[in-house]
Amino acid sequence: MINIKNLHASIGDKEILRGINLEVKAGEVHAIMGPNGSGKSTLSSVLAGREDYDVTEGEVIFNGKNLLDLPAEDRAREGLFLAFQYPIEIPGVSNINFLRTALNEIRAYQGQEEMAAKDFLALVKEKSKLVELDAKLASRSVNEGFSGGEKKRNEIFQMAMLNPKLAILDETDSGLDIDALRIVATGVNKLKSKDNATIVITHYQRLLDYIVPDFVHILYNGRIVKSGGKELALEMEAKGYDEIKSQFDSLES
Amino acid sequence: MANEILEEHINKDYEWGFTTNIEADEAPKGLNEDIIKFISAKKNEPEWMLEFRLKAFRNWKNMVEPEWAHVSYTKPNFQDIIYYSAPKPKKELASLDEVDPELLKTFEKLGISLEEQKRLSGVQSNIAVDIVFDSVSVKTTFKETLAEKGIIFCSFSEAVQDHPELVKKYMGMAVPPTDNFYAALNSAVFTDGSFCYIPKGVRSPMELSTYFRINASGTGQFERTMIIADEDSYVSYLEGCTAPQRDENQLHAAVVEIITHKNAEVKYSTVQNWYPGDKDGKGGIFNFVTKRGICLEDNSKISWTQVETGSAVTWKYPSVILKGNNSVGEFYSVAVTNNYQQADTGTKMIHIGKNTRSTIISKGISAGFSNNSYRGLVQIKKGASNARNFSQCDSLLMGDKCGAHTFPYIEIKDKSAVVEHEATTSKIGEDQLFYCKQRGIDNEKAIGLIVNGYCKEVLNKLPMEFAVEAQKLLAISLEGSVG
Repeated sequence: MINIKNLHASIGDKEILRGINLEVKAGEVHAIMGPNGSGKSTLSSVLAGREDYDVTEGEVIFNGKNLLDLPAEDRAREGLFLAFQYPIEIPGVSNINFLRTALNEIRAYQGQEEMAAKDFLALVKEKSKLVELDAKLASRSVNEGFSGGEKKRNEIFQMAMLNPKLAILDETDSGLDIDALRIVATGVNKLKSKDNATIVITHYQRLLDYIVPDFVHILYNGRIVKSGGKELALEMEAKGYDEIKSQFDSLES
Repeated sequence: MANEILEEHINKDYEWGFTTNIEADEAPKGLNEDIIKFISAKKNEPEWMLEFRLKAFRNWKNMVEPEWAHVSYTKPNFQDIIYYSAPKPKKELASLDEVDPELLKTFEKLGISLEEQKRLSGVQSNIAVDIVFDSVSVKTTFKETLAEKGIIFCSFSEAVQDHPELVKKYMGMAVPPTDNFYAALNSAVFTDGSFCYIPKGVRSPMELSTYFRINASGTGQFERTMIIADEDSYVSYLEGCTAPQRDENQLHAAVVEIITHKNAEVKYSTVQNWYPGDKDGKGGIFNFVTKRGICLEDNSKISWTQVETGSAVTWKYPSVILKGNNSVGEFYSVAVTNNYQQADTGTKMIHIGKNTRSTIISKGISAGFSNNSYRGLVQIKKGASNARNFSQCDSLLMGDKCGAHTFPYIEIKDKSAVVEHEATTSKIGEDQLFYCKQRGIDNEKAIGLIVNGYCKEVLNKLPMEFAVEAQKLLAISLEGSVG
């Protein structure tokens, strides 16, 4: 699905990713954990194609294509979806209109015809149930005046609508109460199939109680310093990141 | 990246910038009483019309070009303008076949197929078109169909000849010849325009439309439009305009007057797309226009909807005088400025009658190095009891080198008035664009989506076909302007 090799990225003079290696296969769920400032959000931004970062080294192969050569919109059209940590508000543009445009742009790229209005509305109805999203939110402006929980649910709703191959959930659990967390996680689990993959970026183990990962990676100082199964997350939760920090800080110095 | 997009937009040509090689019958350059007499004689006008012109001219000579608008430009040299230019030969046209084929080609390029209009005649959803090319009206379609209903829709010159009593009665009622510098100038030298009269109890079966085109070089366009809606009548009127791409600035100083009688309604929609000048602000049309309507009698309604994307400098305040009781005035506007365009536009709502209501929705969009100002006056006169106004003025900025300004004036002389004013300023951000891109929507589409969302309330007021055209125009005007 996606193969990240020796990825280096910086913002200005500051190198943030310092050689990431990660392969995610179809049907897998990977969790990336790590302390603040370890580069988790940078990784998701670089993969999604945010222009603030310079990739200085390495390559990313996504569905056999060199991902880093594609503009952000083509990455999305290839099936890469980022659930934003802070979803953006777009006043005046209804959620429905936004999604319809997105869906049809993606379909056009993939050589499919525009979806008929009737089918689209049926899809909206079906998918909004998945994240228990109030039908009213679908006709409101994108994220405008949504509560924190609604915004996150809306991200998963969009994910359900666009049916990506690879979804990256960037701290989707932040700012969610336990009920919202459960709803979001249930949605993600229902969308899981043998043909798609998910990368869950999180600070806390909590989300991983609901979205059970096949692999857990610890990101620290721009590198994956430790990988393991789901038990690694529990271990981190119990011990904290201090041990990792001191271990690798001493290695570097 | 941002620069590339900007570059791409800047290099985008003004699609309507071609000229047509038509031999023109022109007046010599300059302005004096002889020129006015020349124009009046060319048009075979009655004495009272010449008097109207000369009076306006004498007034104009003592007037000063206004400087209060938030725009800066080199004032036109009024002696360096040709005040009359007509495509030759100018003779009475019996059918479309007699129209100069070059002219027809021009209008085809502009997307108005007269042939098609003709073929479709009789179909309900049709639009009757009057076309004003430089100084004269070249063709009005559907005149006969409309005449069956008693509707007069013709060029202003024809109205002066055929319906002098109507012209004489209403001319200058909404915009007196002494109203302002440009209105006075127009009153002195206006050459043509459209005239429309809807008789009592008639709803116009089609939308009436005038298409204005400046073609000749060194000319100014001074057209005059008049719409009179008699009791219980209704008409929806559309106006479109383009001009060739030239390095010089060309002056367009039009006057539009609307008069509504009891229970009558006029809906006036404009998509203004005069040549805006090049990326460095060279050339383009100075659009100094006076548009005003009077709700003369009770329960009448005038509604202005404008989408302004063109012109180098715009100075325009379509207004409504709410004289009749229970009358309603509306102003819906989208004004877009890009590159070095400047717009100072808004409205005046003058409440005189009782229970009068007005609504102002203004959406400004500034991009590039442009300046976009909303200027509006809400005036509630003494005795205008229970008057209501709601104003909403929003500004959208694209990039950080443009300006948006709001100058609302509110004068209330009656205690029972309820006046509300809301204003917002927002910016299309990189974050919004990235969010769209991450969902598979590229920059151009995303801007279209955001801008159309922002202007929705105004675009919804336009007649269907016009709304589609306006949306396209907005997208073209703003293409790649986010950096």
